[in-house]
Amino acid sequence: MANLNINILEEQNKAQQHIKEQGLRVLVCAGTGCVANGSLKVIEKFRELGANVSTLTDYDKMTIVPTGCHGFCEKGVLVIIPDKHVTYVKVKESDVEEIFESHIKNGKPVERLLYTDPKTGEHVHKNDDINFYAKQTRTALKNCGKINAESIEEAIAVRGYEALAKVIEENNPDGVIDTITKSGLRGRGGGGFPTGMKWKFTAANKGGKSYVVCNGDEGDPGAFMDRSVMEGDPHKLLEGMAIAGFAVGADEAYIYVRAEYPLAIKRLRKAIADAEANNFLGKNIMGSDFSFTIHIKEGAGAFVCGEETALIASIEGERGMPRPKPPFPANKGLFGRPTLINNVETLANVPLIILNGAEWFASMGCESSKGTKTFALTGEVNNTGLIEVPMGTTLREIIFDIGGGIRGGKKFKAVQIGGPSGGCLTEEHLDISMDYDSLIKAGAMVGSGGLVVMAEDTCMVEVARFFMNFTKNESCGKCVPCREGTKNMLKILEKIVKGKGEMSDLDTLEELAYAVKDGSLCGLGKTAPNPVLSTLKYFRDEYVAHIRDHKCPAGVCTAMKKISINPDICKGCTKCARTCPVGAIEVTVKNPHKIDQTKCIKCEACLNSCPFKAISKE
Amino acid sequence: MTVDSLHKIDTSKLDEIINQYEGKKSNLIAILQKVQEVYRYLPEDAMIYIGTKMEGLSPATVFGVATFYAQFSLEPKGKYEIKVCDGTACHVRGSMPVLNAIRNKLKIQEGKLTSDNGLFSLETVSCLGACGLAPVCVINEKVYPQMTSDAISMILDTLLKEEGI
Repeated sequence: MANLNINILEEQNKAQQHIKEQGLRVLVCAGTGCVANGSLKVIEKFRELGANVSTLTDYDKMTIVPTGCHGFCEKGVLVIIPDKHVTYVKVKESDVEEIFESHIKNGKPVERLLYTDPKTGEHVHKNDDINFYAKQTRTALKNCGKINAESIEEAIAVRGYEALAKVIEENNPDGVIDTITKSGLRGRGGGGFPTGMKWKFTAANKGGKSYVVCNGDEGDPGAFMDRSVMEGDPHKLLEGMAIAGFAVGADEAYIYVRAEYPLAIKRLRKAIADAEANNFLGKNIMGSDFSFTIHIKEGAGAFVCGEETALIASIEGERGMPRPKPPFPANKGLFGRPTLINNVETLANVPLIILNGAEWFASMGCESSKGTKTFALTGEVNNTGLIEVPMGTTLREIIFDIGGGIRGGKKFKAVQIGGPSGGCLTEEHLDISMDYDSLIKAGAMVGSGGLVVMAEDTCMVEVARFFMNFTKNESCGKCVPCREGTKNMLKILEKIVKGKGEMSDLDTLEELAYAVKDGSLCGLGKTAPNPVLSTLKYFRDEYVAHIRDHKCPAGVCTAMKKISINPDICKGCTKCARTCPVGAIEVTVKNPHKIDQTKCIKCEACLNSCPFKAISKE
Repeated sequence: MTVDSLHKIDTSKLDEIINQYEGKKSNLIAILQKVQEVYRYLPEDAMIYIGTKMEGLSPATVFGVATFYAQFSLEPKGKYEIKVCDGTACHVRGSMPVLNAIRNKLKIQEGKLTSDNGLFSLETVSCLGACGLAPVCVINEKVYPQMTSDAISMILDTLLKEEGI
């Protein structure tokens, strides 16, 4: 047992007391999404009104709390008043006065700003009753949206740094690793490698200098769970890193954050400074022998840096190219020293496991995948946003219960899971369990947890082309099969979406796909062909339609689109010709117009301009 | 080329940045980010200077790092840096029509970075993590949610008006 000079429980009581003294807490989301929708103005307006609070009936004051992401970005700006059991959605600056006057002062909720259930059409007051939240189990994201992300005191009030104090006091690093191993936590960054085992490998090299690295290079387009944790509850991540450092014997750490996340970088910097000022980080933490400093490294825009060895190269100031494994980072990583690399969400789970025990964590989820997982639910779904559910939840529950079904009553077609490295799942997979192993079996992967829902009007060949274009651009160029293979696969896909494909192209595509998979060093190349392989498997008929029938069944691919004017309906008003950006419409006033197909770029601008609906596409 | 022959750039500014990062090789990316903040791109002379001045580096290494990362630009960016997100969520919800609308409006041809007057630069980025608001555009750090071709045209009109164009 080590003696600490800080009594964390006492600090916790003090912090909770302070929060009680804040009076009525009004939580306003200040995550990237809500800021874009104007939440800073909402906060300002609330504060302005709050300056004169002697008029409040039940509280002597009101405190506006800018929080991290609530996850329900689409409905931002979100305003939650926990004591009044209410969540307001799509709040604008101009709505603030009404909320203040009607609800805060006079106890009458503003009905028009409540969430409306798309199924029942009824207003929902409580956060937990909104279908988007009702089926979630928020643990890693628990505090996101509930506390002021820039206040260490609020983090302490919700048991921040209690787990760190506990492990330092008990002074049993191997015991910590045992707990993490028993919990069944697996890497949340994509691969799903057992976290406890990774810690054990790194700890085996204890003695000299070791590092902890947090991978916050969330590069998968369509994923933003790590951003939300870094923005909404940065102290939980710092605490998780310090616990990891204590367990594996490291005293220095780096968080590698994408440059595209400026708000996350700003909040992390403040959190680190505050934690150091409180001696939760830095030299001799809480009076113990354990010292731990955390630096931030900003990425510069390279998807491949999500790969751990490439990320290490990037922190060292080099081109972010992957290195062969072995040696594994646990043996020879950053600056040639033993290094533990974990993803943001993985580390954010650590303090919870220490506080609540391995059994608690293992009781959630399913046999092979324990705990909860965050997913970024986006695309053609009614409720887009960030969700957290127990591992093993089905796709149907996620898309149709939490997501509220497909937008505009369209038909579900597929969901792309795991970004450009993942695969697509179709209707037949709606009831499979979302866990590491079942998804691999289905030809996809959990990946970072991006879920992009696609409806009937999405062209799957175009989607495959889109991902291939992405991976071609992001291939670092080290392995020839990946560098040249992705380029050639893209060429073929471009040919197909332009209607110039041949049936033999499909075989070449497949052959190339396996060559790239087998001949690449890192995860990027090994998984780059997945979108092509899985669309070929489940939507081969769409490929065939493009090649043989020169038709895009979803009506997306421009080369196969034909836009024409129905001469029987056209009144000859010339409006379409004036809208056309390329002058492809030949006109004689008061006579039916005609589109010159050789000039038409199929932008569909004329389609909407026609007052008589005489223009159609096929 | 020797360091002395450089006169186009203010080397004292570069020294200041290098010193701020203790001249450490592992801080090269951060140093280049600072330089780009100052010049809005990475001037060739600045890269040569850094590669010559800093220990363990060569101009070729600096150039190698600068060309590897998407954030670095070897030609000047505009006063207004427009980024159109073409991540999966934005793509599915129609980021391409938005991009085309910007290209048409500012007359920036495909494959070109800036408008002829150098005022605007246009790029696509892979994901800004604001997928709930797709499609998204960013102009100089300000995020514009749920864009359409009409909405972005109006925003650009305002900017053009401010510039007196």
